[in-house]
Amino acid sequence: MDWTWFHRFGSPPHLYGLARRLTPWFAWPAALLIAIGLYGGLVLAPPDYQQGDGFRIIYVHAPSAWLSLMAYTWMAVAAAIGLVWRMKAAHAAAASCAPIGAWFTVAALGTGMLWGKPMWGTYWAWDPRLTAELVLLFLYLGYIGLRSAIEDPQRADRTSAVLAIVGVVNVPIVRYSVEWWNSIHQAPSVMKFGKPSISWPMLTPLLIMFIGFTLLFVALLLVRLRGEILRRERRAQWVAEVVTE
Amino acid sequence: MSGVWHCAQLVIGRDLRLAFRNRAQLLHPLLFFGIVTTLFPLALSPEPSRLRDVAPGVLWVGALLASLLAIEFLFREDAQDGTLEQYALSGRSLTWLLFAKTVSHWLLSGLPLALASPVVAYGLAVSPGAMPGIVASVALGTIALSLLGAVSAGLTLGIKRGGALLSLLTLPLAVPLLIFGAQATARAIAGADMSAPMYFLAACAVLGITLAPLAAAAAVRISLE
Amino acid sequence: MSVHRLTGEALHVFRGERHVLRGVSFAAQGGEYLEVTGRNGAGKTSLLRTIVGLVHAESGRIEWNGLDIHRDARAFHAQVAFLGHESPLKADLTAMENLHFAIGIRRTIDATEIARALGETGAGGFADRPVRTLSAGQRRRVALAGVVLAAAPLWVLDEPATHLDADGHALVGRLVERHRASGGIVIAAVHAPLPVAEPGTRHLGLTSS
Repeated sequence: MDWTWFHRFGSPPHLYGLARRLTPWFAWPAALLIAIGLYGGLVLAPPDYQQGDGFRIIYVHAPSAWLSLMAYTWMAVAAAIGLVWRMKAAHAAAASCAPIGAWFTVAALGTGMLWGKPMWGTYWAWDPRLTAELVLLFLYLGYIGLRSAIEDPQRADRTSAVLAIVGVVNVPIVRYSVEWWNSIHQAPSVMKFGKPSISWPMLTPLLIMFIGFTLLFVALLLVRLRGEILRRERRAQWVAEVVTE
Repeated sequence: MSGVWHCAQLVIGRDLRLAFRNRAQLLHPLLFFGIVTTLFPLALSPEPSRLRDVAPGVLWVGALLASLLAIEFLFREDAQDGTLEQYALSGRSLTWLLFAKTVSHWLLSGLPLALASPVVAYGLAVSPGAMPGIVASVALGTIALSLLGAVSAGLTLGIKRGGALLSLLTLPLAVPLLIFGAQATARAIAGADMSAPMYFLAACAVLGITLAPLAAAAAVRISLE
Repeated sequence: MSVHRLTGEALHVFRGERHVLRGVSFAAQGGEYLEVTGRNGAGKTSLLRTIVGLVHAESGRIEWNGLDIHRDARAFHAQVAFLGHESPLKADLTAMENLHFAIGIRRTIDATEIARALGETGAGGFADRPVRTLSAGQRRRVALAGVVLAAAPLWVLDEPATHLDADGHALVGRLVERHRASGGIVIAAVHAPLPVAEPGTRHLGLTSS
């Protein structure tokens, strides 16, 4: 099998150029879809019959939570590719995923807490999904911490890649165990995040937001990836050419 | 050619003999376990009913932290004196050798913790009838914990002052063990059927046995580079 | 038995951001001693660790008997005895115990064989003392006994004579000669040349980058 395309794809100058060309193709549709989704969700969708307008935070919370998980998965996949094929660009991609994923996790936690206040009367009630999200944040911080603790960049790449793979196996187990824990300890006064009886005018903006956030993630990833490639290749000739351009 | 079982025997035999020559060090995690769990009655109240309520949590958090203390030294000495390097170049599967090391680590830290847990539990006003269940749950939970610890210990090998980082890496991954383990202990204390959380703990241990040595070997190899 | 052969071709190795080895090539076959010299920081240790496969070269390849060493790393490692800077010994075990556990993993071995090897390297007198009570030179002798006992055709030694006295220096020379005579290959990084005969010796000088 001919693998040259694979290595060409992974070569830093090529990937840098590709990332630069692709960024607007993700950034603009992301902005457009998020604007439409927000308008649909905040203005057009009817209030929930139980939660009133409070439920509207779902339009930010749910896509953030989804991306916090997806970013981790992408990170692990990129890390595995980097580990198996010794591909530096894949490690750069994994390194770029981590802070973005961590911020989406923070966003999911923050919006979840804001949502919790009107529902439970408190910002934090050990809701299983928020708890799992909190553990995920610690996993991200551990990954970032490990990466920054190792001085040799190649060793940092490869060591943190092993952690990302171990983590991605563990994430579903953490989620499941927390759900199980919650099902045992459920206090009667605490309401779980209701699945509001969702109607089409509510659901459509949510779907749009999901797609918009996913595109936003890709756009952010491409931007970070470019920075990461430049930082790693700062000694290379082609970087000097790009920077002086 | 000596077989793989013989190799494992040698690795475990070496670790046990070394540990035996340094008996005092073996006691440190146990003493830590003892002192941490002593703090809770002092901080909360000595009232038996309250202690019994928090006993599973206290036991498990104590056991988790105590074994974390031991994990830090799992590979450290072997890395410093070049033993890990020799393992990696022995012509044997590094995964297998590290699995054997993890087994000896469990024998030296997890098993003693499990055996000591009835003493701690008794201090937390748990009735003697619950003890076999408590020992079983801690023993099973620490198997998975040792395997998980082997991975984190491998990951933090080349890092100076990696102790805090080791905790940051291990504890989030150990959340399922804490949940299932504490629940198993709670059911043992309540005299209820503890099979469900025990099955979960066993499943975690099996998953750990399959994957953790591989990840630990990968991490150790990277640290040797 | 066919003659063993180790070749390295255009090796480039990075340590962090430092380009340590820039296109190093070498070759050695059964019965030869390859002496690696160079200043501190010239990459001697990196080269040896690359040869045994601990470090991956950025480019270039190393072949053992015509096969890339990473192709079947375990089979290759079974043929290599590696001695690093430090003597890989447990301070709390005796010399005998150390070798019993370390070599036992590689092959079946009994106490008489270990005792004989320790005697050869001049470590017989302290075979039953805990390693923590030994001097650095005495530890080196124990570690050299381990190299002999590994019964591997390829020896890769990093400063084998470090900490050793004049007598020890001569001992390393004798061990190398004997290993060569039995068809083995020795690669050693040294500061002072080992006392070995020039025929069958190759030199590889590394220059600091």
